[in-house]
Parts: sequence; structure tokens; C-alpha cells
Amino acid sequence: MRVDVDRTKCCGSGMCALTEPQVFDQSEQDGTVVLLCPHPLEELWDSVEECVRLCPSQAISLDGSALLTDRMP
Amino acid sequence: MTRTDLKPVRFPTERTCPFSPPPELTELRDEHPVHRLAYPDGAVGWLVTGHAAARAVLSDPRFSARGEHRRAAVGGGTPEPARPGVFIFMDPPEHTRFRKLFTGEFTVRRTRRIEPEVEKITAGRIAAMREMGPPLDLVREFALPIPSLVICELLGVPYEDHEFFQRHSEIMLDHERAMDEAVESYTLMAEFLSELVRRKRGKPQDDLLSRVAASDLTDIEAAGSAMLMLAAGHETTAKMLGLGTYLLLSNPDQLEMLRNRPELINGAVEEMMRYLSIVQFGLVRGATEDVELEGRLIREGEAVTVALSAANRDPGLFPDPDALDLSRDAGRHLGFGYGVHQCVGQQLARVEMRVAFRQLISAFPGLRLDVAPGEIETTRLASMYGVRRLPVSW
Repeated sequence: MRVDVDRTKCCGSGMCALTEPQVFDQSEQDGTVVLLCPHPLEELWDSVEECVRLCPSQAISLDGSALLTDRMP
Repeated sequence: MTRTDLKPVRFPTERTCPFSPPPELTELRDEHPVHRLAYPDGAVGWLVTGHAAARAVLSDPRFSARGEHRRAAVGGGTPEPARPGVFIFMDPPEHTRFRKLFTGEFTVRRTRRIEPEVEKITAGRIAAMREMGPPLDLVREFALPIPSLVICELLGVPYEDHEFFQRHSEIMLDHERAMDEAVESYTLMAEFLSELVRRKRGKPQDDLLSRVAASDLTDIEAAGSAMLMLAAGHETTAKMLGLGTYLLLSNPDQLEMLRNRPELINGAVEEMMRYLSIVQFGLVRGATEDVELEGRLIREGEAVTVALSAANRDPGLFPDPDALDLSRDAGRHLGFGYGVHQCVGQQLARVEMRVAFRQLISAFPGLRLDVAPGEIETTRLASMYGVRRLPVSW
């Protein structure tokens, strides 16, 4: 899995940093997303996918995300 | 695409349970998650009650949050441009200029740093309650002062002004007061915050208002934003603490579970946000072009009201949605909104709720209502739903 973030879309809600702090952080200046780890370990995939679902501005995307789309309601 | 087969409805307001949205509203969601809505001013727009449709509207830039589209589904309110600094009624890029200033103030890390202060403020209120002894009104002694003191801390209101700040922010929110009294407090508070911005500009300190004052915002914009922080951060959290306590006391098994398993508090707060959805008449947007939404054609210029309370009870996303389950995963609730306008202070609100409920539950194991449940009056017609008073004993 590869994680991508779009800081121009990010509205700084902090949901990702709250949900998976091993992968996401927030900038001290403007609160926008900081990607700590673009290739997270498999054990973190579920929570990274949850971050994608929780993000209110669709600023996080995943590569090879067939799994995710399958599970989306 | 159809648009003529639905007869516009009024936004339903009749609750049958103090903790649940009006049944008419949730029935509407099950039949037509996107329905025609008749606004009190005569306009006809749309009422969105399904979770998926709600998310679609709130995250689509074709639906504008500008003040010009602001049309209350219940009560008054006239569409008018946003006042300076009140960025919840602006769209990007205008909105972004303000939002960026505040997101850095409310990061997960920054709010964790405020947590010890929230603990201290809460402990102070618990001590005061103990000293007063039962019975007392939990809204007045606990739910209202905690967020007010936290905002003082956050904005950097000098200690000697805390009493003034608390008194007037309380009067502003008191729906039973005469209108002129509330307006007077509002004016005094606006003047106080403008003056404070000027002082912070002259002598900056380590607080939010100093950083806002040092930004490219004008004095009027900075004061408007400070007023918005107060309006958005006080009544909301206060209502959640008051109504949330009422909810816990009415569900003793859930309260017991939380008491025995304090580690559930984070999820419990999300579930209470989902269950109570205190922004009871929803959020409004205006279509800036024709948009198709779940088979309905929304025309440019039409208003769309997103009923968060109905979306938060959508069985498609939350199994057995009308059951309160503090151990469920309610993470995808829309209690803080969704999209670029999602509550900028949500991480702080979470800290306040977690700390306040945790301390309250552990300090008063015998906490109970001091009146019959039927006697508890709710703010039925205020846009922010909650209890007016909550007489408790222990």
C-alpha cells in the first residue's frame, strides 16, 4: 500500500492524526496533514483505510486500493 | 431524474423522545433521503437526511456555505453576506485564508497540550459543586463554565476578565433572557474582544488571539473570528455536557459500563455526538449550479438543508441506530459536520468532553436527577439542542 496526501485539499480536521498517529501528523503552522510514512506496515492498513473514510476533505488517497473500494458501503 | 413528485415538507420538529430526532424526520430518511423542503420564508429547497447524501452535499464545492445562501429550516434568519471574520459563512478561497489560521491552533498535538488545563478547570468545578452540595443545576455549575473557562484560556483572556467573560457569554446564550439583555451582552463581548485584539497586537503573548492579531487579518476580522470561536465553542460543548449527562443518567446500564470501563470514554464521546446530534435543524448550503443528487435534480440557487441528526441515525451505516451503545464504533458520525467546514475546534471539544464526563462520573458515583425526567425542559426550538437546566443530586 502506498499513501498519498494532498495538502491543498486538507482542511486540518485532524481525524487522520487522531486515528493513525504512526502514519499521519499535522503541521504545527497550519494544521494540515503531514505524511510520516508513505508505505505503512500491513498491520496499519485497516486504520489507514479508516482515515481515508474519516477525512472530511478527501485529502488522503491510497494506491492499490481495490481492497478499500470493495469494502466501501 | 424527478423533481415534481415530492410535495415539500416542513422541517419536522416534534420529538417523542428527548434524545432522538423527530420520528417524522427519520421516516423521511427511510423513504426519501433527499426530499423537497418548504422553508419558513416561502422558499422551496431540499432536505437531505441520508448519511451518504449528507456527505456528498457537505463535501461538494458546488454547494456553497456563503451567508447569502443561509436560510433557516426552522425559525428566522435572513440570507446575508458573512460578517468580517465569520468564515463559516464563506467559501474557499476566502474561507481558506481564515481557516488556515485556526487549524494550526487546534491540532491533535496542540489540544493534548491544553488537556492538563482542561483537567484543572474541570476539577475546579467539581470542587465547587462539592462545596455547594446537592441539589444543584449541573448546567449552571458544570456544563456552562467549563467550556467558557477553556475558551478564556485558549484565547488568552486575562484572569481578571474571566468573570466578565463568563457572565456575558452566559447571558448571550440564555434563551429566557429578554432580547435586549442578550443583545447588550453580545455588544459588550464584541467590544471586549476588539479591545483585547488591540492589546494583543501591542503586547503579544503565547495564545491564539495574539497569533491571530499578528496575522494579516484586520482588527475587525480578528475580533469577528474571536467572536466566532466563542459562539462555536461555548454553547456547543455546554449543550453536549448538559444533555450528555442527562442521557447517561437515563441509561444507567450504559453509565455503569462506562464507570467500569473508563477506557471506553473516547468512543463513548463519539457515540454521544452521534446519538444526540445537537445541531438539531442541520446545516444549510446553496447550489451554485444544477447538481444531481441520488436521482434528484437540485437547481442552481436552491437551498439544501442537511439534517445531521437523521444522517447520524442512518441504519445503512450504524446498525440498530436508535440504540445507545457507548462501546460501538461511531467514528463516522457527522456531529461535527463534514467537508471543509467541519468543526475546526473538534479536537478540543473531544478533550473537553472526555475530561468532563470522566471526572464527573468518577467524582459522583451516586449522581442522579433531582426531578422527574418529564420535568426537564429542553431547548426545543433553539438551533442548538440541549437542556435548559439539569437539577442533580448525589
